Parts: sequence; structure tokens; C-alpha cells
Amino acid sequence: MPDFLLNALLAGLALALVAGPLGSFVVWRRMAYFGDTLSHAALFGVALGLMLDVNLTLAVTVGCVLLALLLVTLQQRQPLASDTLLGILAHSTLSLGLVSLSFMKDVRVDLMGYLFGDLLAVGPSDLAWIVGGSALVLLMLIPLWRPLLAITVHEELAKVEGLPVAGIRLALMLLIAVVIAVAMKIVGVLLITSLLIIPAAAAQRHARTPEQMAFGASVLGIVAVCLGLTLSWFEDTPAGPSIVVSAAALFLLSFAWPKRA
Amino acid sequence: MSEVLLRLDDIHVRFANQNVLEGAQLQVHRGEIVTLIGPNGAGKTTLVRAVLGLLKPDRGQVWRKPKLRVGYMPQKLHVDATLPLSVLRFLRLVPGVDRARALAALGEVGAEHVIDSPLQKISGGEMQRVLLARALLREPELLVLDEPVQGVDVAGQAELYRLIGVLRDRYDCGVLMVSHDLHLVMSATDQVVCLNRHVCCSGHPEQVSSDPAFVELFGQDARSLAIYHHQHDHSHDLHGSVVTGKPHVHGPNCKH
Repeated sequence: MPDFLLNALLAGLALALVAGPLGSFVVWRRMAYFGDTLSHAALFGVALGLMLDVNLTLAVTVGCVLLALLLVTLQQRQPLASDTLLGILAHSTLSLGLVSLSFMKDVRVDLMGYLFGDLLAVGPSDLAWIVGGSALVLLMLIPLWRPLLAITVHEELAKVEGLPVAGIRLALMLLIAVVIAVAMKIVGVLLITSLLIIPAAAAQRHARTPEQMAFGASVLGIVAVCLGLTLSWFEDTPAGPSIVVSAAALFLLSFAWPKRA
Repeated sequence: MSEVLLRLDDIHVRFANQNVLEGAQLQVHRGEIVTLIGPNGAGKTTLVRAVLGLLKPDRGQVWRKPKLRVGYMPQKLHVDATLPLSVLRFLRLVPGVDRARALAALGEVGAEHVIDSPLQKISGGEMQRVLLARALLREPELLVLDEPVQGVDVAGQAELYRLIGVLRDRYDCGVLMVSHDLHLVMSATDQVVCLNRHVCCSGHPEQVSSDPAFVELFGQDARSLAIYHHQHDHSHDLHGSVVTGKPHVHGPNCKH
């Protein structure tokens, strides 16, 4: 197997593994549009990173976190509904990113790569960031798992029982921001949310416990990455969209599979 | 008198320029069942949220016994249909709970049979019992129950109130509950607090139900009626402020 394909495969697998449990929370807590908004803002993070000449993964993570904090502040301060706010922030940050990038004449930017991913161009240092970021998120999820489930079931009950609800919610936003930064290289800012929610939604029908759903989502994500890369290798299709198409096919298949009694 | 678990004094809360609570006070002792009654919009839920520390009053004092263990039963629980969660897993969200303890708690509330059912598939009455079991798993010194019989048929309501009395004796805990239902509550409680933004009257059920303020608030028929009547002791204008003119009747425990 050529190096670039091996790098792509490892990067995709690392992301699929972590997207399973995190994506399940995105589905349970109805945060799909929130994830979408954060990922659109990632492009602005890229522009900032290039401008300030810092590591892009770091810049994107910081950009996403700042946006999440801005969103929470706006939600509390004015009466517009959350989906309106999310729509405003998603598209204005994406546009702001595109406009800022166009100002940087001396920087050669592969815009398509950022928008739709450039998995086959993942180099050794990218791979290190992706695997490191995924491992960090997985490790943090272990102690956070039960508190996150508790606040997903009933936030006030969790608070009365002594959980630091605001802190846990912030931690979840942070983890999503890290995964978006990691996933940007793989599927691009426009397709990131699909990798979080499609495998989780596909695993949902057949899961009986939260853990089964999270684990099932990881497995389905891994299968989608393998299928997508195979398609890309033999038919020369773009790698990121091929993975998303494979995931969507698995989602449709989950309906054909008979549900356990 | 036994140990005081909770004391609220002169609680004022305002939401969006509306006074929700104006100088409410409340005390709960160990082993005592205190029931908050009052019309819609009287601030019952707000007062409970202040008790639980979910809301900070604009004015007034909330004192809890240090390290008070509170078991809270929320009014309702909505779990997203996509979250596959059995009753057992729901109870195990309380740290340190295993299957045996969960089963024991469900046994106390008479709901062992739902332990492996998905949370979204159990009936309203079973859900109330499961929520009560979860509150018990905290080994509470104070149980806070927000409309514990909501969505339960009348026979089940009486049974649930009886159960709450039994649990109070077994755990020797204080109970603070909110209720809409006058008749059943009166027989199941030690202390009734009649709330309408401030405490209109409070005391033992027989004492309260003959209190002029209670009669004013709930109407003459209240004592014999199981179903709650909406009858205020005052009217509100379009802005929600109290229309003066008809005097408010002060009961013996009226603190204003």
C-alpha cells in the first residue's frame, strides 16, 4: 500500500473512532446544526491561522471555541431563536473566512481542500495531529461519559445531584471543536457534521444502550472510511465526499436490517 | 421539634419586571411532609427552584442544613427518542448504583418490573415511580417532589401519596412537594403552605382549610372538592399586576 493511502486510512480510522461516541451526543442533544455552525467557522479559523502564522489545527480549535462562547453569550442576551442565530453565525463566519483568505495574495490556498477535504494529501505531521487529537478526545470522554449522559437526560436533575452542568456542557463543545479541527483535513468544513451524525443515526436503530450506539457508530464510521477510500482509489472520486456517500448508504441499509425484538 | 433541614426567608423573585415571589417563607423539618399549594402562576415552581439552588432569589435568604442530601423528582422527564436508555441505566446515572441497589429502590416504589424496559416505553405512572426511585437512590434527607402525581390516574394518585408517607417514615427525611390537588394532599401532609406569590396561610391541613385566606383563595367548596378550582382572592389586569379594590383577607399565619 502506498504511503499516502496508508496515511489517509489511518487518519480516517482515527476520526471515525472518535466521531462515534461524540456524534451520538450530537444526535441525542440535537446539536447537529450547532456542529455545522462550528465547522463553518473552521474556515475563519484557517484564515486566522494563516494570517498569524500558527498551527492550523490549533487555530481552528481556538476559532471554534471562540464561536461557541459567542453563541452562548448571544443566546442569553437577545431574543432571537437559536436556529436563527446558528444560521447567522454559520454563514457569516464561512463568508468571513472566504473573504479573509482572498486578501492573502501571497498565500497559496487550496480552497477546495478546506471545503471538501483532502484526505489523500495527509502527511506524517498531519497524521500525528489527527491521531493525537482523536486520542485526546477519546481519553477525555472516558471520565466525562456518565456526567454527559446525566445532563443529556435532565440538566436540572443533574445539577441538583451536584454535577457542574455548565462546565460539562463547555467540555462537550470543546471536544466537538477539537474533532472539527481534526476532521477538516479529512472531509472538509462543509461535510464534517455528516461524519458525526450519519454513523450515529445509522447505529441508533439497533442499539439498546448508549454504549452500543456509540460503539456501533464508530464501527459504521470505520466501514464508511474503508468503503469511501476504496471507491476513491478505484474510481478516482474525491475521498471526503466518497466517505460521506458510503456512510449515507450504510444509514439507508440500517433500515433494511431487521430490528431485534 | 425535630431538626430544621431548610429555611427560606423573605424570598423575592422577579422575572421580566413581574414579581413572581414577594416575600415568601418556608421551613421544612426532618420527618415532616410540607405541601405547597396555590393557583397557577403563584410561584410554586419558582420557590422549589430556589430551594434546589437552581435559581438565586433577588432578595431573601435560602438556608440549607450543611451538606444536605437532596433527592429531587422533576415534574416530568423528556428523554430524546434516539437515546437508548433502560430504566436500570437511568438509575445507574447516580454514582455508585448497581443492579441490586436499583432493584431495591424500584421495589420500594413498586416498579421492579420495569427495570429492563426502555425509559421511553413505560407509562406515566411508572415514570413517576422511577423518578421517585432515582431520588431515593441519593439516600435523601430532603425529598423535593414537583407535582409527583402528574399524569397518574386518581387511584394511582392516592397510592402515590400513601407511598410518599411510607417513604418519609422509612428514610426519616423531610418532604417538600408541590401539588395542584387539594383533597388528596390534605390527607397526606403534615403542613400545608398556601402560596400566592407570598404565603397566604400555612399550618396543619384542618387548620388551613378553615382559614379564611384559604377559603378566599380556593373558594368555599374547596374542602369537599377533589378537583381544584381556579379562584383567586384578587384579579389581575392585562399587565398581570394585582387589581386593588377587593381587600385581601389575612389569615392568622399571614406574614405581611
